[in-house]
Amino acid sequence: MYVAVKGGEKAIANSQKLLAEERRGNHKVPELSLDQIREQMSLAVDRVMTEGSLYDPELAALAIKQARGDLQEAIFLLRAYRTTLPRFGDGEPIDTAEMAVRRRISATYKDLPGGQVLGPSFDYTHRLLDFALAAGDNRPAAEIAEAPVEGGMPRVTEILNYEGLIETEQPGNDSEPVFDLTRNSPRYPAERAARLQNLARGDEGFILALGYSTQRGYGNNHPFAGEIRMGEVAVEFSPEELGFPIEIGEITVTECQMINQFKGSASQPPQFTQGYGLTFGHCERKAMSMALVDRALRAREFDEPIDAPAQDEEFVLAHSDNVEASGFVQHLKLPHYVDFQAELVTVRALRKAFEESVSDNVSDAAE
Amino acid sequence: MTSKRPTACSPDQSAERRSRQRWMSALAKAEFGDLDALWNNLPSKPAWTVIRAPEIGMVMARGRAGGTGARFNIGEVTVTRCAVQLDYGAVGFGYVMGRNRRHAELAAVVDAIMQTPSRRDALERALIAPLCLRQDAARHERGKKAASTKVDFFTLVRES
Repeated sequence: MYVAVKGGEKAIANSQKLLAEERRGNHKVPELSLDQIREQMSLAVDRVMTEGSLYDPELAALAIKQARGDLQEAIFLLRAYRTTLPRFGDGEPIDTAEMAVRRRISATYKDLPGGQVLGPSFDYTHRLLDFALAAGDNRPAAEIAEAPVEGGMPRVTEILNYEGLIETEQPGNDSEPVFDLTRNSPRYPAERAARLQNLARGDEGFILALGYSTQRGYGNNHPFAGEIRMGEVAVEFSPEELGFPIEIGEITVTECQMINQFKGSASQPPQFTQGYGLTFGHCERKAMSMALVDRALRAREFDEPIDAPAQDEEFVLAHSDNVEASGFVQHLKLPHYVDFQAELVTVRALRKAFEESVSDNVSDAAE
Repeated sequence: MTSKRPTACSPDQSAERRSRQRWMSALAKAEFGDLDALWNNLPSKPAWTVIRAPEIGMVMARGRAGGTGARFNIGEVTVTRCAVQLDYGAVGFGYVMGRNRRHAELAAVVDAIMQTPSRRDALERALIAPLCLRQDAARHERGKKAASTKVDFFTLVRES
């Protein structure tokens, strides 16, 4: 028998009030402003924009505040917001070679044109808690060199390409539409554009773990961090009414090119291949992980055996999205009273049958 | 990078297009506070009608696999657009990243005025040039801070 149940409206309304109070915390402590989050929690903002798939630091800061610092919840909020906005069109591809570089390192060449520019990085810190930050009122100042970094730094892959030692990434046909997973259902085998979009907005923890698994031997692909660069690039868009591209602003992005050995095939000589990572903001761990997984997912293209989780595109692409994953895991909290009643009835019936067969056996044995 | 693209128009048109791209870029990349202050300081301003009210939407940002390969979608950026017409007919457009409606409207008005030959030079001096200067200075400053973190390798020579 199915019995419809209603109720809980008041409890829900009060739960939301309690949530709002807890979010605010102690009133004696000043409330966080969006400016503070944007300026001082900038890497959280960058992650929320990357995985929320929407570049808008103010909205990301608001989402972080509303989510009480739960970044996956903030990502969900940003994703929900983006569905309310119209899309004016597609931008021209950003040109990372023209990036105003703030960080650029290579693990494959010590001396490369433009040099190794460390930029702002945790890499060279000792990871000791800094109690000076606890005291507050910090006004650190960066050093300023006489001259700025060079513009238009060549990529490491261009240096290798000079010798023909690395595959060249060809632009293909720019008049063809680009796969967009926000508008089309996934299809397998997935094209590279679908994989890269999926990885770009995929959960950092999931992509990191998969990238790590390739290093530990699950689809080993011998990577080198050819180049990591972070800085600002212009976003160009061609409005219909103008018919030519204009710059509509600048975004910060992080790019990673992993270089991987390739033994060659019947048609191709041995050469290096690459995995590519690109994120909004300064999400370096994510960009590196993305590059590892991108390369692992190219196994089919290079006739490599597909035997590890990171090479299984359906497994990777279908589980990378933390909004989907979190939704499906957390839906288990919703009332399943009727489902569970049905299972109770089944288990009771099975047990009854089991007990009867046991007692039959016992009486058979006694006879 | 836009200049590298082949264009189907005459040299005059393409020069005109390049200057328009330059000022539209300067207007879009401007800090709103800078644009607003420079605008407020202008001695005379034409009247305008809003043809398309400032509207917030998105543009899909794209990258290329490996930096040079096939295009893919990274994610969207918020954009505000606006179209205006000056009382003497010129039409201007504003496309500005972010969600500041006033920024998009001012960008459209300035775009319209800049297309008016008699007013262009004065506005270039009063508004576009200072905006470009500030953007270049900010970029320069960021570049110099980054340059301070450039590694100077040195090699130790062992004397035997």
